[in-house]
Amino acid sequence: MSAPSSGGASRDGYGSALLKLSKDPRVVVLEADLGKSTKSCLFRAEHPERTISLGIAEQNMMLVSAGLASSGKIPFASTFAIFTERAFEQVRNGIARPGLVVHICGSHGGIHTGTDGSSAQSIEDLAIYRTIPNLTVMHPCDDLSAEELTLQLLDHEKPSYTRTARNKVPRIYNYDSVKGIKIGKGNIIQEGNDVAIIACGVMVNEAVIAAEKLMEDGVNACVVDMHTIKPLDGELISRLIEQCGCFVTVEDHSIIGGLGGGIAEYLSTNKPTPLEIVGVNDRFGESGNTEELMVHLNINSDSIVDAAKRAIKRK
Amino acid sequence: MNEAELVEMARKCRVDIVEMIHKAGAGHPGGSLSAIDLIVGLYGTGFRFKTEEPNWKDRDRFIMSKGHASPAVYSILHNLGVLSKNDIDGFRTLGSVCQGHVDMKWTNGVDFSAGSLGMGLSFGLGCALAARMDKSERRIWVMIGDGETQEGQIWEAAMAADFHKVGNLNVIIDRNRIQNDDFMEVQMEIGDIGKKFNSFGWKVIEINGHNMKEITDAIEEANIEQNQPCAIVAHTIKGKGVSFMENNPGFHGKAPNDEELRVALEELS
Repeated sequence: MSAPSSGGASRDGYGSALLKLSKDPRVVVLEADLGKSTKSCLFRAEHPERTISLGIAEQNMMLVSAGLASSGKIPFASTFAIFTERAFEQVRNGIARPGLVVHICGSHGGIHTGTDGSSAQSIEDLAIYRTIPNLTVMHPCDDLSAEELTLQLLDHEKPSYTRTARNKVPRIYNYDSVKGIKIGKGNIIQEGNDVAIIACGVMVNEAVIAAEKLMEDGVNACVVDMHTIKPLDGELISRLIEQCGCFVTVEDHSIIGGLGGGIAEYLSTNKPTPLEIVGVNDRFGESGNTEELMVHLNINSDSIVDAAKRAIKRK
Repeated sequence: MNEAELVEMARKCRVDIVEMIHKAGAGHPGGSLSAIDLIVGLYGTGFRFKTEEPNWKDRDRFIMSKGHASPAVYSILHNLGVLSKNDIDGFRTLGSVCQGHVDMKWTNGVDFSAGSLGMGLSFGLGCALAARMDKSERRIWVMIGDGETQEGQIWEAAMAADFHKVGNLNVIIDRNRIQNDDFMEVQMEIGDIGKKFNSFGWKVIEINGHNMKEITDAIEEANIEQNQPCAIVAHTIKGKGVSFMENNPGFHGKAPNDEELRVALEELS
């Protein structure tokens, strides 16, 4: 693959997508006092008449979104990932249960939030939202893919939760390659036959770095950007069972119930295959800069290399 | 419909309510009976609604936030001809359009999926904002219980409705003073609800929620208001119309037995 260029954070892609989506008059944006952070502020600046400020009141925001959706609007509501969790039951009962098409974005997901500390580091959002019927769950890896996937939500007929990240990471996609991604379909970033490394969000970049390190040891890893956690791309996983014979999942999220959990469920109920899960090991985060935290919590490229070697041994 | 006709329709609805809950062996008679005069009054006072087209886009919205009082909603929809006798007889049974709590996904003419208290006013605010964006004259009516005002989300919505100056949003508070476990004064008394809504920037009208004239007058007055949301605090009696259910916390969520049904129907005849 080509050398990664420096890009924006996935939250920037969300913001620029909203601007593009504004051409559709049905699109409305809801904020809970974090529009500058989630980047919905870009939409607000151009379309204040279709931007609804709800103040620091996330539960209300979710149901206002539902009411708008029931009246023919396409609401995009955002706040920090952790604060969407405060309104989990509102998402469950007020949005997903009646199948109202509301698109929720939780930004600043994972420990990549850094120095703010554990209260702001959502490491369970993917797990909890994955349990809700009818809800699509996504976690794009860079700004370009976040923009593309958000644009695709305009024609998505189900409610969704998209986690974006605060920090800039090297771009995985370019303007051409990003056109090939599709909600619900995992995307192979790099082919390989020895181990399948399935990653999401900011960890896709770490997976790519890990694959390069593994190559030095003669291991050919296949790297997948599994930007859609639900519905999971079972077709691709089935193919990789045959192609690679073992898996590593990687996420800036608890090892319980997220991407790793989803793939563990798929493997164990289809064809049991060795799997190593790289993620936050059932603990809360803490303050620190991102690089330090990733080392401290064992979710960097070195952790992925170790996990890949363990997975291969178990074949 | 004139006042006498509305009173008669409310009586018929009460019969449906107790029969539905008796047949299902479960349900919430107390809060259905306290709310039914208000609901009949609302539908009988220029509420824009097409029985032959219950999902008509520009209909007014009735958002029943206290979704456990679903029999009240099903009874009015039955009396308006939207639901059949067979539909309401299936209340709470597998596959029935009449789910335990009102659900827009299951029932024509139902505008909200309720069941978890505190959410309907926010939903109504979303509907009201959408109507304003669409330059539609549709008006949004939300019904909440007084116990429901213990949910913080009600006050998030009240604050936001004032901030966004939605004059097309109205709430009716069924002030029956009883909640699931006991009287509100034992569980968590909210005090002067009207004063609280007023301090959040709402116009407030206080009425006797079983006096049809007061009900329809208040609804008309609220419908005229264009600049601020309006709250009607309706003082009601839980279980109204069935003597042994009236003001009795025991009938918040309990079905009448055969003998109790017989007495109830006699009183409602």
